[in-house]
Amino acid sequence: MSARRRSLPRWIEVGVIPIVNVAIAFLIAGLVVLLIGANPLEAVRILVYGAFGYPEAIGYTLYYATNFIFTGLAVALAFHAGLFNIGGEGQAYIGGLGVGLVLLAFDTTLPPPLLIPLAIIAAAAFGAAWAAVPACLQAYRGSHIVITTIMFNFIASALMVYLLVNVLIAPGSMSPETREFAAGGQLPFIHDLLASAGIEMASSPLNVAIFLAIGCCVLAWVFLWHTPWGFEFRATGYNAQAAAYAGIKLRRVTLLAMCLSGALAGLVGVNEIAGVHHRLILNFAAGYGFGGIAVALMGRNHPLGVILASLLFGALYQGGAELAFEIPAITKETVVVIQGLVILFCGALANLPRAPLASLLALVRRGRPALAGET
Amino acid sequence: MPTEAAPGAAAAIELRSISKSFGAVRANRNVSLTVARGSITGIIGENGAGKSTLMSILYGLYEADSGEILIDGTPVAIRNPRDALRHGVGMVHQHFMLVDTFTVLENVVLGAESGPLLRQSVGPARSEIERLGREYALGVNPDALVSDLPVGEQQRVEIVKVLYRGARILILDEPSAVLTPQETDQLFGILRTLRASGVTVILISHKLREIMAVTDTVHVMRGGEVVARRKTSETSREELAELMVGRKVRLELDKAAPKPGGPALVAEGIGLRDARGVTVLDRIDLTLRAGEIVGIAGVSGNGQSELLDVLAGIRPPTTGRLVVGRREITAARPADPAEMRALGLAHVPEDRLRYALIGAFEANETSVLGYHKDAPFSGAILLDRNAISHHCVALMERFDVRPRRPALHSANFSGGNQQKLVLAREIAPAPRILLVGQPTRGVDIGAIELIHRQLVAIRDSGCAVLVVSAELDEVMSLADRILVMCGGRIVGELAGAEADERKLGRMMANIWTAPGADAAARAPS
Repeated sequence: MSARRRSLPRWIEVGVIPIVNVAIAFLIAGLVVLLIGANPLEAVRILVYGAFGYPEAIGYTLYYATNFIFTGLAVALAFHAGLFNIGGEGQAYIGGLGVGLVLLAFDTTLPPPLLIPLAIIAAAAFGAAWAAVPACLQAYRGSHIVITTIMFNFIASALMVYLLVNVLIAPGSMSPETREFAAGGQLPFIHDLLASAGIEMASSPLNVAIFLAIGCCVLAWVFLWHTPWGFEFRATGYNAQAAAYAGIKLRRVTLLAMCLSGALAGLVGVNEIAGVHHRLILNFAAGYGFGGIAVALMGRNHPLGVILASLLFGALYQGGAELAFEIPAITKETVVVIQGLVILFCGALANLPRAPLASLLALVRRGRPALAGET
Repeated sequence: MPTEAAPGAAAAIELRSISKSFGAVRANRNVSLTVARGSITGIIGENGAGKSTLMSILYGLYEADSGEILIDGTPVAIRNPRDALRHGVGMVHQHFMLVDTFTVLENVVLGAESGPLLRQSVGPARSEIERLGREYALGVNPDALVSDLPVGEQQRVEIVKVLYRGARILILDEPSAVLTPQETDQLFGILRTLRASGVTVILISHKLREIMAVTDTVHVMRGGEVVARRKTSETSREELAELMVGRKVRLELDKAAPKPGGPALVAEGIGLRDARGVTVLDRIDLTLRAGEIVGIAGVSGNGQSELLDVLAGIRPPTTGRLVVGRREITAARPADPAEMRALGLAHVPEDRLRYALIGAFEANETSVLGYHKDAPFSGAILLDRNAISHHCVALMERFDVRPRRPALHSANFSGGNQQKLVLAREIAPAPRILLVGQPTRGVDIGAIELIHRQLVAIRDSGCAVLVVSAELDEVMSLADRILVMCGGRIVGELAGAEADERKLGRMMANIWTAPGADAAARAPS
């Protein structure tokens, strides 16, 4: 009965389908732009220029991408273990709390080589802890992780408001934010690094957290495909029953996967709090947690795919802002529509081009071996 | 569409030079065959011989590259199952296409509603189901929930569904794969009734016994071609097996007398209650000795699967104890599958696709599943992908797993090759105890031979082997000692040499006449 659903070669699965998805999304978005009376080609030009056209734009795009890599990787890692972590938003938020607490406590006492790693560890630990509660509820009580992680996003949000308004607020301040960290607690900006090397670059929020993000991608790849624990994650994700029969402890996989996922999401706090704002503020994680789901879906849950998808989403964020600025007819909301269309076609409708591509492939290369399953 | 057969009329189905390729794989090559109206025709062949492809073409799931299909002597174009049904061709799939939470009636009507309101369809459907039930001995309760029905009855619902849609030509794909022997016999009764009333039946199978029992003619396929056509009454299992495989096949298994050693696993008074509190295992006593094969026979669903689960550490027993080496396993001190593996127990679960392998894993990953943390496959932190790959190739050589491609996804191997890979994985670490559930379910004849020989070989090397199988033939040819299970208890024991089909059948038949624990109490224990 599965006669019509053929498996496609890997290069189509990984390479062609995402590109086709993006193309469809842009086509429809172009129609929307046309509908509101703007020129779609002009819009594309501004979008691309706004995202990649000049150093400052590239800086912003990469800065947004850094956040998406963390949350996208978080979703992807959990997904390999068969868990759908919707709580990236809250875990990122609480990860930022970890960073903020460490920096507020030690920014004047510890030297940066100790302080920064400690802040990173705190971000991961706080994110992991925030994910551990839903993980335990799933592993031992059977509460579904999708529901509990969503609820934990709200709890995180309320907790942060409470802490910033009542506890951590800087003395004498009118807005709910902490005092600024001392210089030792601030991650170096890339433009500052380049400047000290004699290279001029316009200032942008891009900071060294992007290297941390790329390092995490490499580690995640090694972990998933080259360690026994990653093997257990994937075994559990593909076929939990077979994993159990093979002696894999499913509860442990659930706990470990969610903690690692939460830790990765928590690292958004490093980029935002230690890297850009240099103080703990409200709502710095807004949208990245959910964006990570789309990033992971589009990146096919592979670290390299996550990087590429993050770049696209970073570009949409940055180029979209530029677009709203340049063409008055295109409002901020229209940009959200375009982003939504990309998420729709790359995420929810990701398999849309499968069947047409399969028939096309069959037409193009009759006579090449295919693994046609019998019975 | 004529429904009544006139004597001397054209054949119900005639296929002329059907060819179908998937890339370079020529699944069907110039296949021509005719099926007489009102007959039961068998199509046999190993996995990959092209029989399912051929039937999928007839049912409109695939389109043939070339060739012609004639129904009742008229050329027809069948592009999808709807076309097929319009020409009276219906198919009963191996895996049922039923909605579990619907009633039988709702399932039958589903997709064949006669209007926007369900009420219009349901009334006539009910009387139609009743008529079909009367006419073809296909008694099903229209108001029963499908999920409450035993597998055999679900299959009857599938048949009713197809007949309700007006099919006069019925294709059954491996219909007995999921059935107990009794349900299979019932099914054959139904098929004979259908034949008597003019329905044409095509039976795809690789079970020779069933083909011999129920068909009128049989077509043998091999390598995409029909290599032979025989009247069933004029052929034999041996001849058909040879035609299928293309060489002489030994259906009998050579094995030396067992040399049982000390007990490797002892179960004392094992009991198990399921989540609803129903007793599924009741005071099981069992000893597996090194160097012998113990077979468990019985109607499926009488506790065999649960017994395997308990012995393998997947479920802890509710009562009783299990002794493996120095370790005593009880409800208070359960063991998990990983610990049982460490104790030298290997387990080939009954349902390999669900429990034994991971379809999306490469063969080399599947070949170490459960042993992935052991040296040399894993160091302190990293997996040694080279060592794993070498291991997989070695297993593939030893157990003749084809194709020999360790990077191929496990799901892309045929059932027999998957099973060989799983068995190879479990035998490779030289376990002291090997539990095997349904060693050859869905496996073709050539592979059965190899699997049986390997099981005897590991017995001879001093392993204690437990085989649970729904195939009586298999239990009899493999086991040195046969235990019969019923209602969660072991109700009888026979030495392998003493057992024959009649004797075992009678033991089981006695039990069937009065099912439940009462019958078990009367049996010797």
